[in-house]
Amino acid sequence: MDDLLVRSLAPSVIGVLVRRGADFAAAEDAVQEALFQAVRVWPADPPRDPFGWLVTVAWHKFLDATRAEESRRRREDLIADQPSPEPGPDRDDTLQLYFLCAHPSLTPASAVALTLRAVGGLTTRQIAEAYLVPEATMAQRISRAKRTVAGVRLDQPGDVATVLRVLYLVFNEGYSGDVDLAAEAIRLTRQLASSIAHPEVSGLLALMLLHHARRAARTRPDGALVPLAEQDRHRWDTRLIAEGVEVLQGALAADRLGEFQAQAAIAALHADAPTAAQTDWVQIVEWYDELVRLTDNPVVRLNRAVAVGQADGARAGLAALAGLDPSLPRHQAVAAYLHEQDGDLAGAARRYADAARTASNAAERDHLTRQAARLNAALRAG
Amino acid sequence: MAKYLLLKHYRGGPTPLYDAPMTEWTEQEITDHIQYMSDFAARLQGTGEYVDGQALAPEGTFVRYDGEGRPPVTDGPFAETKDLIAGWMVIDVDSYDRALELAGELSAAPGARGEPLREWLEVRPFLTEPPTVRE
Repeated sequence: MDDLLVRSLAPSVIGVLVRRGADFAAAEDAVQEALFQAVRVWPADPPRDPFGWLVTVAWHKFLDATRAEESRRRREDLIADQPSPEPGPDRDDTLQLYFLCAHPSLTPASAVALTLRAVGGLTTRQIAEAYLVPEATMAQRISRAKRTVAGVRLDQPGDVATVLRVLYLVFNEGYSGDVDLAAEAIRLTRQLASSIAHPEVSGLLALMLLHHARRAARTRPDGALVPLAEQDRHRWDTRLIAEGVEVLQGALAADRLGEFQAQAAIAALHADAPTAAQTDWVQIVEWYDELVRLTDNPVVRLNRAVAVGQADGARAGLAALAGLDPSLPRHQAVAAYLHEQDGDLAGAARRYADAARTASNAAERDHLTRQAARLNAALRAG
Repeated sequence: MAKYLLLKHYRGGPTPLYDAPMTEWTEQEITDHIQYMSDFAARLQGTGEYVDGQALAPEGTFVRYDGEGRPPVTDGPFAETKDLIAGWMVIDVDSYDRALELAGELSAAPGARGEPLREWLEVRPFLTEPPTVRE
């Protein structure tokens, strides 16, 4: 049985139930139950019309639940109005559900959880395991999120930008549990791209594909980080890179540049270099200039300083770093790198050690600690 | 979202307005204190921010390796310098500010005469997975 097919139908089924009069929270619960039943029943008895099967089962689950809650009047109203058969999955339903689950009234964590459940069709347990919290906590987070958006009508226009931020979070800050959140984020972004033509949706999809392509090369078997310059480029997934570049080119052709397209362009330039030494750093700096113009984000300026250091030398990189707040995450790591490039090994070692102390994740901390140790050994030998 | 450890230290805080060891509180004051802690945890479960919480016995044993073939050493650091950690709570929240807010509330648990205990709570971020997009 194709788990992804079942889950990809979930948003449309919710849409049908809502159009028949169910409120979103109850519809979503009913569809979860129908998905669960599909997983059990389909392997032995696959339906000819999976979508129709899910709609029928979910609708009955919904009626059972309303009956259980003794909402008799409401149920009778609904049943009196016999639903006509549904022609098939509706892309607009799917799109509306993305907007609802990323509604600006939700906190990022709630929006992520609700999106993975209602749009992604994952169970609460899978989401809880993916984010390393108890299932009861995740269940509360999801039901609170549903209450928060209870008054939002499903046919209201939404903001694509909020949806993209949620999908980016799922992709970029995933833990490594049973559910592959990066792959799930790509699936959901692909599905969104097929529901709406929007250059930034394509830009984000391209960005994800281009980064996902490097996944196998990004860590050693023991989990240690491998910096971009040291990655074995033969292990990059050329099929994903080709797809990412194609999606990006389609987006850029619309001539409505946004931050995800610019980030994807930088990732594409890295992917395009046969060796680290052949990287087109001058073009990368130009894309960072675009990103600074689009976002004015200090983290972007920090990454730009690294690119400037590669394009125009360490002194230029340090000059680009000079105006930035030293308390920015990874500022010390960037400063250490540029000082080493500039030949100041003692200054670099000290900064790497500082950076390791303030790293926000263990893999980066270990990497920075090794950099400091490497330089300190060189200084002792020197 | 980020996870934080709230570590409850018993020592180092300002002297409470009514300074008395727990054994000299009234039974009602003890009940109120415990109720506050469990209400706090229940509330965080309800907001989807609770991960874990445990109380610890006040006395523990320090253990260290003492060389091949020898039993481990257990006469740990001097008792008077030993920190007394009463327990912990792990939360999963949207921001550092939210973590500080919750730690502040936990530190306000009532003690003698219902006055806030004002124990020190240490807030320590968990190290995360590295982000995928780095350049």
